[in-house]
Amino acid sequence: MAGNIITQLSIFVNNEPGRLAQVVAVLKECGINMLAFNLAESTEFGILRTIVQDPEGSFEKLRNKGVIVKKTDVIGIMIEDTPGSLMGAVDLFAAEGVNIEYGYAYTGRQKSAFFIRVDDSEKAIALLDREGIQTISPEEI
Amino acid sequence: MEFWEEEIETMPREQLEAMQLDLIRKKVAEMYEVSEFFRGRMQSVGLTPEDIQSFEDFRKIPFMTKSDLRDNYPDGLFVRPYDELVRIHVSSGTTGRPTVVGYTRTDVDNWSNSLARGMTSLGMSSKDFVQNSHGYGLFTGGLGIHYGSELVGATVLPISTGNTSRQIQLLQDLPVSVLVGTPSYLFHIADVCDQTGVSIQKDTKLRRAIAGGEPWSESMRQKFQQRTGVKVFNCYGASEFYGPMFLECEAQDGLHVWADLCYMEILDDEGNPVPDGERGQIVVTMLKKEAFPLIRYKIGDISSLEWTRCSCGRTHPRLMRISGRSDDMLVVRGVNVFPSQIESVIGEFPELSPFYRITLTNPNYMDEMIVEVEFTEESLKEDTAQVNQFTRKVSSRLKDILNIKADVRLVLPGTLERFEGKAKHVVDNRNYD
Repeated sequence: MAGNIITQLSIFVNNEPGRLAQVVAVLKECGINMLAFNLAESTEFGILRTIVQDPEGSFEKLRNKGVIVKKTDVIGIMIEDTPGSLMGAVDLFAAEGVNIEYGYAYTGRQKSAFFIRVDDSEKAIALLDREGIQTISPEEI
Repeated sequence: MEFWEEEIETMPREQLEAMQLDLIRKKVAEMYEVSEFFRGRMQSVGLTPEDIQSFEDFRKIPFMTKSDLRDNYPDGLFVRPYDELVRIHVSSGTTGRPTVVGYTRTDVDNWSNSLARGMTSLGMSSKDFVQNSHGYGLFTGGLGIHYGSELVGATVLPISTGNTSRQIQLLQDLPVSVLVGTPSYLFHIADVCDQTGVSIQKDTKLRRAIAGGEPWSESMRQKFQQRTGVKVFNCYGASEFYGPMFLECEAQDGLHVWADLCYMEILDDEGNPVPDGERGQIVVTMLKKEAFPLIRYKIGDISSLEWTRCSCGRTHPRLMRISGRSDDMLVVRGVNVFPSQIESVIGEFPELSPFYRITLTNPNYMDEMIVEVEFTEESLKEDTAQVNQFTRKVSSRLKDILNIKADVRLVLPGTLERFEGKAKHVVDNRNYD
């Protein structure tokens, strides 16, 4: 089975008190459930990176509400609940020159994954397939 | 009270004004002859030198402005060949185009002499030791103060600006009695002295300071004096004049504007003279300037002029504190900044939208400039390292153009206020109390 690319929504929020609260309220209003998320910040604004059930539909809803949102490709590497389970993929990328820009964990009802953003998603997927490392599909989240 | 040139400095007003009118008429005749630019200006309003018989006639001549200097970059307004010039200075100008000014030997002498009169009036003499913290180089402050100090026979330490710890070390080690710099730099030196346990009163011989290059208030001066025990004298000038030129005397009650060197008009918005002591636009005519003459130059500063005799005995008019600008020029840490310069840098980056805001603050009286610019939505990156790297790129480009550091903050599309009509790009929160 070929590897999966997941669409992440990146929501931009100015670094000011109350801004994140506003965005979270909009998410609620739109009925969007965050399955996994991560907060990052540059010097001037923060980025709420999130995995949601219907990324395309949610993207449209958020845009219509005036939220600055972008779609980003990420990969969800399946991990077992045991020490060292992330090592295979990380070692592989290091050896093959794929750069991981950021990552965050997801623990679902059935499966756990580590969502990563890499500089070359196509190459990363091909490598994972070659080594038989499982990636999570949108349906499995 | 000592004078540098007592006779001229105490000449009655009527005699000074007669001298001014005579010098004006000679300058106008000379300029009409040698300056194509000036002749064109006169002809545009149908004037010949013979028409200028009074100050009132002189007011018919159109103003020169900064844009004339820009349009004639680099040396289109010089009326002497380079053979006769001994010095060139260059100051920052609008949208990246600087102003180039040239000096004959006589120009340098008159400039130095103007400062020597002022320095003597504030009590300086050959007994003084001057630490000159103005920047040396293309900026006129460093060399101007240097030449003036040498002319009065003082010992000059040409330390230039920056390296504050060395400045403070030498203040203690050498018998420095006069410190010269921008008001914000003087405050910075005082702050660092406090932080490092140096007492200016006990550990140095510093008793006077000359502050110029940027605006400050009377209450800031009082604070500085109380805190350090150092008496501070204001200095005013511009590279277009010569450089720093006019100083306050020991009375600290306005800058003595030498009437034999400079004819200063204070005008209302319609170009009519305001009564003595009332505020208006400063318009300057340099009466003895040779290489790069200024005739009715509207510098953009606003202040008032007092002709009443000063308690020091000098009769020349006194320029009161500069109280504002008539254009959008900002003075930040002594450097002239035009919002248009910032706008042009923003325009160089397709990633940025044209919305921006300049915020000025002055914690501890040290100016800080924040430039907020919006990303365009398309170029917004979700990689924070890339965003931070791009911010540094914009900062460094701004520093190249402005010659001072700005704190660049890239904000999200739609963050900055939109204006209908004329946008308000500058928020000046500097506090001079």
